[in-house]
Amino acid sequence: MAVAAPTTVMNNVEAVRQTLYEALKSDERTLIMGEDVGARGNVFLITKGFLDEFGPQRIIDTPLAEASIVGIAVGMAMEGLRPIAEIQFADFIYPAFNQIVGEAAKTRYRSNGDYTCPLVIRTPYGGGVRGALSHSVSIEALFYHVPGLKIVAPSFPADIKGLLNASIDDPDPVLFLEHKKTYRSVKGEVPSGHYTIPLGKAEVKVSGDQLTVVSYGLYVHQALEAAKRVAADGMSVEVIDLRSIRPMDRTTILDSVRKTRKLLIIHEDNKFGGIGAEIAAMVVEEAFFDLDAPIRRLCGPDVPAMGYALPLEEEFMISPDRMADAMREMVRF
Amino acid sequence: MATTITMPQLGETVTEGTVAQWLKNIGDEVEKYEAFVEVSTDKVNAEVPSPVSGVLREIIAKEGETVPTGAPIAVIDEVGSSVQPGAAASQPDASVANGSAARQTAEASRHGADEPVPGHTVGAPAVTPSSYGAPGAGPAVPPTGGPNGAPSRNGNAPINGADVLRRVSPAVRKLAREHQVDLVSVEGTGTNGRITANDVLAAAREGPASVMAATIMAAPQQTTTAMAAPSAPATQPQPGRQPARPETPATRPPATGVPDLSQVGRSTYAAPVPGTLVPLSPARKIIAQRMVQSLATAPHAWTMCEVDVTKLWAWRNKEKTRFQQEKGYGLTLLPFFIYATVQALRANPLLNSKFTDEGIYVQHEFNIGIAIGLDANLMVPVIRDADTLSIGGLAIAAGKLIEKARTGKLGADELGGGTFTVNNTGANGSVLSKPIINGGQAAIVTMEAVVKRPVVVDDAIAIRSMMNVCLSLDHRVLDGTTSNAFLNDLKKRLEAMKPGDAL
Repeated sequence: MAVAAPTTVMNNVEAVRQTLYEALKSDERTLIMGEDVGARGNVFLITKGFLDEFGPQRIIDTPLAEASIVGIAVGMAMEGLRPIAEIQFADFIYPAFNQIVGEAAKTRYRSNGDYTCPLVIRTPYGGGVRGALSHSVSIEALFYHVPGLKIVAPSFPADIKGLLNASIDDPDPVLFLEHKKTYRSVKGEVPSGHYTIPLGKAEVKVSGDQLTVVSYGLYVHQALEAAKRVAADGMSVEVIDLRSIRPMDRTTILDSVRKTRKLLIIHEDNKFGGIGAEIAAMVVEEAFFDLDAPIRRLCGPDVPAMGYALPLEEEFMISPDRMADAMREMVRF
Repeated sequence: MATTITMPQLGETVTEGTVAQWLKNIGDEVEKYEAFVEVSTDKVNAEVPSPVSGVLREIIAKEGETVPTGAPIAVIDEVGSSVQPGAAASQPDASVANGSAARQTAEASRHGADEPVPGHTVGAPAVTPSSYGAPGAGPAVPPTGGPNGAPSRNGNAPINGADVLRRVSPAVRKLAREHQVDLVSVEGTGTNGRITANDVLAAAREGPASVMAATIMAAPQQTTTAMAAPSAPATQPQPGRQPARPETPATRPPATGVPDLSQVGRSTYAAPVPGTLVPLSPARKIIAQRMVQSLATAPHAWTMCEVDVTKLWAWRNKEKTRFQQEKGYGLTLLPFFIYATVQALRANPLLNSKFTDEGIYVQHEFNIGIAIGLDANLMVPVIRDADTLSIGGLAIAAGKLIEKARTGKLGADELGGGTFTVNNTGANGSVLSKPIINGGQAAIVTMEAVVKRPVVVDDAIAIRSMMNVCLSLDHRVLDGTTSNAFLNDLKKRLEAMKPGDAL
């Protein structure tokens, strides 16, 4: 990441907004399309005022038709535009599955490289906001199996800007996941001007030598909080923010696990077949002889959805307390 | 009820076994846990205990027949089972009928191996490695679908040390190997006393290295009084790092009698401290067991000859620098000796045999074990098909095995299957030793230190490089005549070796 001198403190919503604004300003090929992105300025007010400034040809309000949103964007991207499609909530992405998996991800391969699909699909995901069944879901595992598709899930404002810029620049489709609970709860310094962070690079947020914790999204912040708590007990935990889910930064994970010899994976999405399963399998394949404890996954329960009732939501979400307990158990193991 | 007995799995990598001998005949009663068949594999020979009490009804695998593990070898009618009235009489060809029953039950067992059902196929329970059991085959393989808690007969119960070794994490195993830490002496600080990777690293920093014995095979030697003076321990206790000497009176042995060993402090094999117990490592336990077994089973006799290796010595000295440069391995006297030994074994095949109750089995392979003494362990890796190698090839093969033994990297396959053992006791300065035969072999030969001595040659006194060669033999197999024929043959071959011969 090129460190630009001046920085501004902002939250994640502001980071997304600023990045989109600068992209629209600097490149006429960029456009935004989705439900309520125009007149309403997006449900989180990310695109407020964009319609007035850039006009209805570049800020396109669409019907509630996700397959069309992505399908039209795929065509635009193949013909040289840089569409940034928005799925209002990740929970609504299913109708667009065929366009994303069957079309966007395969464009380059199918056309033998004649066409690429420089498309970004942004969508807020994740729970813990009383969003109930239709506003809480994590969708990354449904897509990470698909070659040809990149998936990014940053958790800090500066990473959002650098990775969203890289996603817009990328010649192939990128699914850009924004955890809605971090939208206004997370603040941080963001460098001014255009910069990118390479897709597929994780970041060690805090160094430690007794346990590696890999997470992404909201839980990076909570894992950092938990690591701080166990540090008070003299335990040294390394926390890695995956940032990109695919491509996955194997090197950073393996280097860390080879150092600490223990791995805890934390994610909000449910456990079965989740991102943690891939990480665990990869580590066992590559670093089996360095492991001093069974790999552990702390994940959402395998239930169909996050309940609206507070006890159900709390049971689904993993608190820093539970993370700290798991960290202690693994360090002591 | 008929129970089909299958070929047990005698070791993790073993896929088949040979029925060496039926200890029971058809119609004989068999007690539960009573040995009823002896099975041999390339790793181990074992008596297989019966999983049930009953009558041996059918022998499916004949003596000498090799079948895959899990294949049916016999059928036992269980005691108390309701035999169909007149079944035996009304079935003119019982064995055919039983054979098909066995096949059916074998089929059934494939469908639900976990649930013992009437007429099921039962894997033979824990086996007893015999004295020539190879490493890796030691702990009993749990029977599939066999009776719960089938007891092992001789020391197969899990010992603490082995348990520790079995439960360690991959990182601990790797680090223990790298740092040559004996896990039995490491105190675990993890959950439930688990040994953690950091425990191993701490032990490696603190203590003198003691070599871990994951796999061992003992072909030990007893030194005579010539070697009685204890040699210095390979690893000297380091000042300030040795185990605390017990100082309180309670931990001192009572002056009057046997000390209360439960109260005694501990030290390690590499740094023994008077008044303490050196805990038995798994390696040491197996060594002890096999030593006693070999001596108790095979009546040992001993003989020796003197060999003039002056020319051989000159030849080796002439070649050694070039060999080291070209091949990367040292050229010691050992490969010359193994080469001559294999030639002498060819000429005297009885030396390359083993005793069984059925007869003396003369081996057709020449797999030569070489005894390697380590700080706290003794290993006998095997050069397979040594008769196919030149002296140079033997030097490289032996060099590789010694290197692996010292770095703890020997695989189980490299430790089993020896047919004859060579022990280079001379490397330790010994001029006379009385080795214990590696269990299951007929003899063991030592090469003692080469010493310049005045000897009479053609009625004149000459200074020659002399080496004693000692042979311990299983007197059940060999007598003085056969043994000394071999020794003299070996002597002639060694004395004939000279500069200019082909390496």
